[in-house]
Amino acid sequence: MDIEQLDPTPEDYAFRDEVRRFYDQNLTDEHRRAALLTTWALAEFEYGRSWQKILYARGWGAPNWPVEYGGAGWSPKQRLIWEMESQRARPPEIMRMGKNLVAPCIMTFGTDEQKAYFLPRIISGEDWWAQGYSEPGAGSDLASLQLQATSDGDDYILNGSKIWTTFAQFANRIFCLVRTAKMQKKQEGITFLLIDMDSPGIELRPIYTIAGEHEFNQVFFTDVRVPKSRRLGEENAGWSVARHLLLYEHSAGLLRMVTELRWRVRWLNELVGLEADGYGGSLRDDPDFSRRLSLLEIAVEAADFAAAQLIADAKPGAPPDATGELLNIRNRETAQALTELGAEAVGYYGAPDQRGARKVVTDVPVVGPPHVLLPMPFYLAQRANTIAGGTPEIHRNNVAKHLLGL
Amino acid sequence: MDFDLSDTQKALYSSVRRFFETEAPPSRLLKIYDRDEGLDRDLWRKSADLGLAGLIVPEEHGGAGLELLDLAVVTDAMGYCAAPGPLLGHALVGMALSLGGSEEQKARWLPRLASGEVVASLAISEHGERWQPDQWTAVATAGRLTASKKNVLFAADADLFLVGLAGGGLALVEQGAPGLTVREVDGIDRTRRLGALGFVDTPCELLPEGLAVAERIRDAALVLLAADAYGGAHRSVELMTNYANERVQFGRTIGHFQGVKHQIADAAAEVEPARQLVWYAAYTFDHRPDEAPRLAALAKAHLTDRYVNTTRTMVLLHGGIGYTWEFHCQFWLKRAMFDRTFLGSPSVHRERAAAMADWQIN
Ligand SMILES: Cc1cc2nc3c(=O)[nH]c(=O)nc-3n(C[C@H](O)[C@H](O)[C@H](O)COP(=O)(O)OP(=O)(O)OC[C@H]3O[C@@H](n4cnc5c(N)ncnc54)[C@H](O)[C@@H]3O)c2cc1C
Repeated sequence: MDIEQLDPTPEDYAFRDEVRRFYDQNLTDEHRRAALLTTWALAEFEYGRSWQKILYARGWGAPNWPVEYGGAGWSPKQRLIWEMESQRARPPEIMRMGKNLVAPCIMTFGTDEQKAYFLPRIISGEDWWAQGYSEPGAGSDLASLQLQATSDGDDYILNGSKIWTTFAQFANRIFCLVRTAKMQKKQEGITFLLIDMDSPGIELRPIYTIAGEHEFNQVFFTDVRVPKSRRLGEENAGWSVARHLLLYEHSAGLLRMVTELRWRVRWLNELVGLEADGYGGSLRDDPDFSRRLSLLEIAVEAADFAAAQLIADAKPGAPPDATGELLNIRNRETAQALTELGAEAVGYYGAPDQRGARKVVTDVPVVGPPHVLLPMPFYLAQRANTIAGGTPEIHRNNVAKHLLGL
Repeated sequence: MDFDLSDTQKALYSSVRRFFETEAPPSRLLKIYDRDEGLDRDLWRKSADLGLAGLIVPEEHGGAGLELLDLAVVTDAMGYCAAPGPLLGHALVGMALSLGGSEEQKARWLPRLASGEVVASLAISEHGERWQPDQWTAVATAGRLTASKKNVLFAADADLFLVGLAGGGLALVEQGAPGLTVREVDGIDRTRRLGALGFVDTPCELLPEGLAVAERIRDAALVLLAADAYGGAHRSVELMTNYANERVQFGRTIGHFQGVKHQIADAAAEVEPARQLVWYAAYTFDHRPDEAPRLAALAKAHLTDRYVNTTRTMVLLHGGIGYTWEFHCQFWLKRAMFDRTFLGSPSVHRERAAAMADWQIN
């Protein structure tokens, strides 16, 4: 998308310039490098955190939130311009489980105290939330979760564990689905809790990814006390909160994802000009490769317009359109296909393990020319794109059932 | 007509597979992944005792005198196990010496290669995706070599290198030779360590036979990569099948869901019918040499592509656990990337195969 496609007024241009100036003046080289090196969903935590503080200081900490909680009150067109400029600038991807996931639930289900306490801390970048949904035995079948919460006066006492908890090592809070009752339907008897990570009895075990990164964790709970005032919604009604949140999880990152995909197409296009074909020419001379790249570019362009429409239609604070789920399925597969092409393009330069060179601050040199650093880690990391946030099988089941009525 | 293996070959497959399943189970592979230790000498010695190091070395030089098909069967079993070690390059150097070495070179090196006492490796890949003999540029003048080579298997541990030269020549260089530098590279597939070699005025010894041998070695290598890929892909199908029969979600094993079932059936349909292509490509190498180059190219292109796809499906069907370092899926996911890349991409070999078939492309 381009601003010209929005029938821009002089005010729109002025807004665009304002946003662009903000990025130019505030995004440091380190922020940019952190964004560049992001192979999965989130940038190195430190850079996301400092970027959130900068956004907040400018009044843009959570522009899409309702104005009463600190949103920017932008028009749909302004939201699109913001996204376009963000695409251009590529800030680091912040740990968004607070701002994008739990915050909308707090707005909908929270008590006044909870709203007043948690929302300002999220938008200011003081609080960082991890998402405690999955358990060893409950992934796709989330509702079968077992983490036990026993009522004890004004508290719950928690025992069990959560797994695959992204960036829990940086979080000071975690929202969890816990079991408060055994009922006939497993979706009943689940409660949504807002928990401090420093509660006694919480322990982390790091889990390393196939790319060798410490991105997620198993979080163990042993007799952890959580005050009932930290319950979001009613006891045993946590599933409706969870479903509300999943709507956001599945669709909220949509335009960001398309943005990222567009960037990857451009990046890959540069890469094929740099990579050799074995006879002194470049991969660009290979029509087979160009055709495959072109197919992906078309998929991204189509997704871009569809996502823009979704953004334009979205009301601040309201859950996104269900068709987002369709785009979501496509985009994840496109994202993976791009990484497959990238890994193919760099050929044997994919072989070295370059973890050391892939930090924002490092003195480990890249093995090979600079452009070969990322395609293989990107290939490995993006395997998660069809696991995390629900697998394609589960999304397809949802689409078939809820959208198509099959 | 029979495209199946002989009983002896089947027995060979079983014993090699059992050997690596015992000696290098996933728990051992994880240790190698965690702490790169270079060549596991103990494992290498044991596999040499089993006869693997000299499988295709002629009997008069202390080997078993078997054919490429037999070595492909061994490689299939090793692919199945994601077995660590330098056998791929080692066996190919032995083959080059048998086919193109002088009598003196054969007598000096082959018995020690066959016993595993000397570890050999192939140094052919050059900067800019140059893998094929007609792409090599290294030049040796008056027995001295100045060049650099990449993607050399177990470069730090090998005792003897066979270096590819411009025009398809082949030369031997010993580890520790003057002017030779070895730079190890941490690889993503840690079962096959890689390194880069630099030669500055390094003494080398030419093999009397050149280009024809170089192309044979390349073709044999393509077949072996295809066999490894078949073995690994076959294992991946087994692993996802087993997992689908174990993992319970929604009150039943995930293998009950058609979304899972069909993907595994698809993977099996991609992989299993390709097996005979590997055997036949290996068979032609020794028995129908005119057909061999094209079949080798086809087998490598086809199987390594299948392998990459299959491992992707495997990871996906394992959910979160499949995406972790500690779980075994990664060994095959990464080995597949190695097999696909080593000696040139599938599209390079598809193009070669098309050209050899005299198809008009452009
Ligand atoms: C990088 C990453 C980050 C993550 N971060 C978090 C986080 O921060 N917080 C959190 O709570 N969770 C997180 N997760 C967990 C993620 O949500 C789960 O991995 C996901 O829901 C799948 O669950 P599972 O891993 O148990 O796989 P399983 O549910 O066991 O699935 C295994 C396979 O079975 C298939 N399957 C299961 N049921 C069906 C069915 N009914 N029909 C067809 N196919 C089916 C699946 O599609 C999959 O292919 C993360 C995961 C990853 C990979």
